[in-house]
Amino acid sequence: MSRNAKINTLLLALVAALAVIPLVFGLGDHKEEPFAGADAEAETAITEIDPDYEPWFSPLYEPPSGEIESALFALQAALGAGVIAYYFGLRRGRRQGETRALERLRAEGDLGDGAGSPRPRI
Amino acid sequence: MHIAEGFLPPVHAVAWGVASAPFVVHGARSLIREVREHPESTLLLGASGAFTFVLSALKLPSVTGSCSHPTGTGLGAILFRPPVMAVLGTITLLFQALLLAHGGLTTLGANVFSMAVVGPWAGYGVYRLLRRYGVPLMVAVFFGAFAADLSTYCVTSVQLALAFPDPAGGFLGALGKFGSIFAVTQIPLAVSEGLLTVLVMRMLVQSSRGELTRLGVLVTSVAGRKTADPAEAVTR
Repeated sequence: MSRNAKINTLLLALVAALAVIPLVFGLGDHKEEPFAGADAEAETAITEIDPDYEPWFSPLYEPPSGEIESALFALQAALGAGVIAYYFGLRRGRRQGETRALERLRAEGDLGDGAGSPRPRI
Repeated sequence: MHIAEGFLPPVHAVAWGVASAPFVVHGARSLIREVREHPESTLLLGASGAFTFVLSALKLPSVTGSCSHPTGTGLGAILFRPPVMAVLGTITLLFQALLLAHGGLTTLGANVFSMAVVGPWAGYGVYRLLRRYGVPLMVAVFFGAFAADLSTYCVTSVQLALAFPDPAGGFLGALGKFGSIFAVTQIPLAVSEGLLTVLVMRMLVQSSRGELTRLGVLVTSVAGRKTADPAEAVTR
């Protein structure tokens, strides 16, 4: 593995470790509902501070089940990942194409003026 | 950082909407100008928006025993400056408000203010400041993304504390409560976001050197020495 690839792998491993550590060490065990969303916890805190507060507007559309919701979240992540992958794929392909075109040009150039001069003069 | 639909009193909801609107309008203008003047950057703009899309869909466990998600706004703010991210962040928040019942239309203004306005500006500010003092590119990128992420959640805590001051502790009491829910949970996630943003920036340095130079992220010749470090690490 190149040094570059090693550093990138290390970065990904660190991110994975940061996500896994709270799970492995059971850092959510002290909670009634371990690893609930912070957004939901904030809603609970609001109702603690102000028990009379009633949300005055409700979402126009609500995913009918947890499954549908997770499907839509996966869709969101997949759309984003797809665009990013397209970007880097396109860049890589272009670079390879440029390199090849350069090589071809150089080879042709060699043949062209290679008639008069000796070969190994790249 | 998503304040749920209907969970801000109408006055607050409107006030945050009014506060965010000029940033989004200004951002839309600079986005259009960017695309018109540099059509070749459209793809990288799309990728920056996509980064926000992915990261804000990733709910990760944190040391506090609850889950939250990064925002992904630091990358685009560093590449294209913060106004552009006001638009891309708003698009992401709208998607989540309309399809996922995550956040909401009445709280859109407040959520845009934290994630698409303050986050990008804080991240960009930290990044520029560190770069000015000669901090290596990737270190500055890390702390920029970290600041964009964490500041977003701090703003959310302030917004909720303003709307729901604690009966006993007042604004500060409530800020402590919401801060411990949002900001503390967010610290390790902000580290993750910093690392992921560095990863993407390294890949960009490798694949899009010309683009990064045009955007001023990479500097050629004059300050060649300063950019030599991260560039060298990547090209080898």
